[in-house]
Amino acid sequence: MNRTDRDEIIHDRNHDGVDRRGFLKCMAWAGTGALYVMQGGVLSSVALGDAEKKMIGELSFVQLSDSHMGFNRPANTDVTATLQVALDRIKALQTQPEFLIHTGDITHLTKPEQFDTVSQMLRGGPGRDVFYVPGEHDMIDDNGKGYLDRFGKNTQGAGWYSFDKKGVHFIGLVNVANLKAGGLGTLGPEQLEWMEKDVKHLSHSTPIVVFAHIPLWTVYQDWGWGTQDGAEALSYLKRFGSVTVLNGHIHQTMQKVEGNVTFHTACSTAFPQPQPGAAPGPGPMKVPPEQLRSLLGITDVNYVRGKHGLALIDSNLS
Amino acid sequence: MKSNLRRKSFALVATAAMLVASFFVVQHARGESAKPFAPELKIDNFTFTVPSVTVAAGTEVTWVNRDDIPHTVVSQEGVFKSKALDTDDKFSFKFSQPGTYHYFCSIHPKMTAEVVVK
Repeated sequence: MNRTDRDEIIHDRNHDGVDRRGFLKCMAWAGTGALYVMQGGVLSSVALGDAEKKMIGELSFVQLSDSHMGFNRPANTDVTATLQVALDRIKALQTQPEFLIHTGDITHLTKPEQFDTVSQMLRGGPGRDVFYVPGEHDMIDDNGKGYLDRFGKNTQGAGWYSFDKKGVHFIGLVNVANLKAGGLGTLGPEQLEWMEKDVKHLSHSTPIVVFAHIPLWTVYQDWGWGTQDGAEALSYLKRFGSVTVLNGHIHQTMQKVEGNVTFHTACSTAFPQPQPGAAPGPGPMKVPPEQLRSLLGITDVNYVRGKHGLALIDSNLS
Repeated sequence: MKSNLRRKSFALVATAAMLVASFFVVQHARGESAKPFAPELKIDNFTFTVPSVTVAAGTEVTWVNRDDIPHTVVSQEGVFKSKALDTDDKFSFKFSQPGTYHYFCSIHPKMTAEVVVK
């Protein structure tokens, strides 16, 4: 699990999506677990052992994603077991997270029993909050009713909301409702208007964490890995010193920094998907059983007051 | 230049093949076989594998999902809409009116295709 060398990811300056070099590096690191710290706009990563010493901060939470409860195809015939491994990993963390964020595709087919299994498993520790946003697999055939009945309390529209924890402002967005033919993920004018108002009263030094299912930046257009009006949402956050965007959907870790914004995608706890363009389509990647858990994972996020950004650690489940 | 030519000739061959294929489909549909022609279109790897199919009015078209991921078949003009099709699930629709019917997967909207009814 430990790496002793240091490295950094050069960020993408041409605004065209993914920095290939950074991406490959990120993929290489995904299997080992690394801490990402952003300072002065440059993202650097250090070995996990070193990282844990610097981890003590004001706020710690974990991002889980794409549990796809109900999936039972060859890529992973037991997604309940791998989700349980992820939860055991969280339990073993030195600093216990104050809450969990699930960035969608909780279920595979929007079925009540699939929602119930995940929410019961995640509730785990007493009083631990779980903040969800839906993925497209959580809103199949029912306009989001099943999802909103369970997780929609205190949310607006299709399920968006915001909250504050220890001075950090969190915004949960929904970009999987009312998708239009040929398009990418969509937030829609109503949600954008709400978000613009939501951040208006905040001071520019407030750290912002935005989480949504589909990446807010275009990771890979051909596979629909992006959000049509994501740039509009990000334009409301330009004046803030520290913005972290957490997404799922693509079942692999990917990270880039653009100005004041750190973008990060988390692994799935269910099955891996290929790197953009590395296969004819984005379907579940079948890997030898002994490799599967090295391609699934969780993301541990820490906020240290006074630091420029949030520290993100990806750990796999092997 | 050479590769350009090659691309052009490939495009020609592809177009010819599509024309032949659609002619065959229409002919077949009009044939007098006891069983009416009913194409079954495959969905696989986040793709409608037949981007355009031409059928005669009255033909029933069936989609079958061979992907590990659920998909839907939803008319952009609001004419038909399947429920989510899990692996190996099927959806059929009978096209009685001529016209071009565009459809997409409402879960993965990048997936689009069409049925042309003559």
